[in-house]
Amino acid sequence: MKLPVYEVLIIGAGIVGAACAAACAREGLEVGIVEADIVGGGATAAGMGHLVVMDDSEAQFALTRYSQTLWRRLSEQLPADVEYDGCGTIWVASDADEMSAVVQKKQFYESRGVPAQILDSHQLHEVEQSLREGLPGGLLVPEDAVIYAPCAARFLVEQAQSRGAQLHCPRVVTEIAPDGVRLNDGSSIVAQSIVVAAGTWSTRLFPGIDVRPRKGHLLITDRYPGFVRHQLVELGYLKSAHSFISESVAFNIQPRKTGQMLLGSSRQFDKDSSEVDHPMLARMISRAEEFIPNLSRLSAIRTWTGFRAATPDKLPLVGPVPGHENLFLATGHEGLGITTSLGTAELLLNQLLRRETEIPAAPYLPGRVYEGVHA
Amino acid sequence: MASRPAHFDVLIIGAGPAGIAAACCASESGARVGLLDNNPQIGGQIWRGESQHPSHIEAREWLQKFASAKIEFLASTEVIDHLEPGRLVVQSVGMQSGDDVRELTYRNLILCTGARELFLPFPGWTLPNVMGAGGLQALVKSGLPIADKKVIVAGTGPLLLAVAAHLREHGAEVRLIAEQAPRHRLARFALSLAFERAKLAQAFAIRRQLSSVPYKTSCWPIRATGEGKLETVFLRTGAHTWQESCDYLACGFHLVPNTELAALIGCELRGGFVQVDDSQRTSIAGVFAAGELTGIGGVEASIGEGQIAGYAATDRSGSTASLLPQKQRLDHFASLLKRTFALRDELRSLPDSETLVCRCEDVKFARIRNHSSWRDSKLHTRCGMGPCQGRICGAATEFLLGWRADSVRPPVFAAPVQVLAIAGSSQSQPDLVSHEEFR
Ligand SMILES: Cc1cc2nc3c(=O)[nH]c(=O)nc-3n(C[C@H](O)[C@H](O)[C@H](O)COP(=O)(O)OP(=O)(O)OC[C@H]3O[C@@H](n4cnc5c(N)ncnc54)[C@H](O)[C@@H]3O)c2cc1C
Ligand SMILES: Cc1cc2nc3c(=O)[nH]c(=O)nc-3n(C[C@H](O)[C@H](O)[C@H](O)COP(=O)(O)OP(=O)(O)OC[C@H]3O[C@@H](n4cnc5c(N)ncnc54)[C@H](O)[C@@H]3O)c2cc1C
Repeated sequence: MKLPVYEVLIIGAGIVGAACAAACAREGLEVGIVEADIVGGGATAAGMGHLVVMDDSEAQFALTRYSQTLWRRLSEQLPADVEYDGCGTIWVASDADEMSAVVQKKQFYESRGVPAQILDSHQLHEVEQSLREGLPGGLLVPEDAVIYAPCAARFLVEQAQSRGAQLHCPRVVTEIAPDGVRLNDGSSIVAQSIVVAAGTWSTRLFPGIDVRPRKGHLLITDRYPGFVRHQLVELGYLKSAHSFISESVAFNIQPRKTGQMLLGSSRQFDKDSSEVDHPMLARMISRAEEFIPNLSRLSAIRTWTGFRAATPDKLPLVGPVPGHENLFLATGHEGLGITTSLGTAELLLNQLLRRETEIPAAPYLPGRVYEGVHA
Repeated sequence: MASRPAHFDVLIIGAGPAGIAAACCASESGARVGLLDNNPQIGGQIWRGESQHPSHIEAREWLQKFASAKIEFLASTEVIDHLEPGRLVVQSVGMQSGDDVRELTYRNLILCTGARELFLPFPGWTLPNVMGAGGLQALVKSGLPIADKKVIVAGTGPLLLAVAAHLREHGAEVRLIAEQAPRHRLARFALSLAFERAKLAQAFAIRRQLSSVPYKTSCWPIRATGEGKLETVFLRTGAHTWQESCDYLACGFHLVPNTELAALIGCELRGGFVQVDDSQRTSIAGVFAAGELTGIGGVEASIGEGQIAGYAATDRSGSTASLLPQKQRLDHFASLLKRTFALRDELRSLPDSETLVCRCEDVKFARIRNHSSWRDSKLHTRCGMGPCQGRICGAATEFLLGWRADSVRPPVFAAPVQVLAIAGSSQSQPDLVSHEEFR
């Protein structure tokens, strides 16, 4: 039997692998994709699908903004089931301190060309009537959006396939070899370059990397169109999402195109069971109720959990592995991989083709040294 | 949920024949026994509303036993969540405020959650007045006028006859009973019943009642049509297709067990049923299961299993020895039922591309059929993501496409968000988690 030979073989068809496949196929590369289970069925099936520009570091800003722009450009081509909704984000302040952070955040965004608008207490309540009264205000970032990521991953894989890419699914890569990969069915695939986009599973194939699973809980309600109209995130989210060690919850609610409300978010390390952790779920709900008292009356239909692939400095690992010229990583996207998948794919494509990247690639290189962080 | 949770030595979920029998037997030991059901009355699908006028001798016997036993019945109560071994969260049905959330604790749990009807999607199955056979029976029991209405009863299994007889008793004109199973299998079934005198007598009584009703085997509905509501049913037998006009189509393609709670608790399932040993123990310590969720075997089997579970859960397995031979005989009956009423392959082509499969999320058959699994289809088409969480389409796609919809997450039934918050914050071990944290 003739072994398939690819210029690029991508391991994993989550949103990141799917985006990489679409970008590589678009440039005419011969692409193979190996997916162990279901396209978009890993962390991609758990995440909220908030496409959001973040400002906690220049590097994170650069990648999220770049990616957000790419999503906006792609949005017209997206089929209906991707549920792209340019609803924007409102960062909600809960006290005067946070309101002054809102002002700084606006300056940060505006000086970098990202439209943003401060809402005072009255305006905030005007646009989001479910929020409790008396909140000091917030920052509206209108170019942020929401998608349904499993269908986005499928769309990107199909786009790659329409340009000749081959999907091997369900097939598990058991080993990376010098000239390709071995699969669980005993067969091999030969490839010039290999991209590991296996999310939290990447450490199995590549034990040396510093990626840890970070568990999150989600809850979805029945349909309540208009209950909230933007993705609402508490500004304090920045505090809680950043601490690397502790468990935390933050108010984060998303209107789905279906009219449903999707509630996040929690963060826990060192949990390996995907079971719903009731006290954690309760904390997450209580936090949200502090902002939206009426939330408690909506009907919840399902809860679930997911694992983010977290790195010590909150930035993904994108690029060649030092010492292995033809082996690339595209993982470690923590809670932003749906957003940053498209930017990651462009970075990776240019690295593969040894071309200039549109944004500096250095902050995300797997060989970087984590300065000032300790895991 | 500020008050201390009520504690039961034995808590039984589901007040059908299995649950009633389990509760009665458990209470003999003097244990504190709780029985809960999401219905206001005990009885389950079959005995509900019969406390005053039981239809069968068994019903009379058990309903009387129940009335004189010391059992706490928690009516209109449904289980929303299982927090950890020994702790359940329940809510009153229909309460939308979350005010009525309670925690119940137990030493032993007996799951008797029964079965529901299998609906198979075919063109027109979502038209008003196309109903589940058991569903229509329940509506008639609660007062739907059916006198002089033309009804077709279709699908498979002994339930069709019982439903037809019931509708007829209430004045319906049952035009046809369409049984998909072939005549030769039914004949063999009847022959085997010869050893089951009680069952045979029952079957004869029903047949007599229905003597003037046409009963066709190897016959099934393929389409329903009508303006705004059902008017015409298209049926097939062999290569022959014809139409009948009618007011109601009562359809039931046999039963599927309600295993959601068992799955959430982590009980092992096999072939879609909860696995139990001779004492009705599941794979989870302290959790027993009895009745239809361990296998579809009818009332008698459910009662027998309920008795065994009730004794075993009160550490009196000795009392179950005499029940074992009967259990084995009934297990045999259950497998006979399964073989006789196995759904024919032709039914897999009932839905056409345009037929809705998931009513909650409006998903048509064409969208799901090329996916590789339940989860693949769910993630990419939303099939099974709605409020019923695949309770209807899950079983249908299992038959149509060989998928298994096995993933259950809290809540077991849709419940106000608040319920999940309360549920999680009432920790029984305050030293493990500080309450301050939940502010
Ligand atoms: C609770 C939660 C909320 C989130 N919210 C957001 C959000 O709002 N916005 C946002 O941008 N991001 C969000 N994220 C993050 C986002 O979901 C992830 O960063 C992103 O989905 C990662 O995609 P991935 O392709 O790297 O990984 P995955 O989606 O996990 O894909 C990896 C794939 O690799 C396959 N695979 C693994 N091992 C092998 C092997 N050996 N052989 C073959 N295939 C293999 C797996 O089957 C899987 O399909 C959230 C995450 C969580 C958990
Ligand atoms: C944006 C978005 C919107 C969504 N909207 C909805 C919606 O409206 N309705 C809806 O129902 N879902 C919705 N989902 C969630 C989806 O159905 C899955 O629940 C989600 O993909 C997470 O999967 P899961 O972990 O529940 O795994 P599943 O897809 O449920 O199953 C994965 C595996 O995990 C196992 N498993 C399930 N429960 C447990 C448990 N308690 N402990 C251990 N293992 C378990 C299962 O047996 C299965 O083999 C949405 C997801 C996203 C990303």
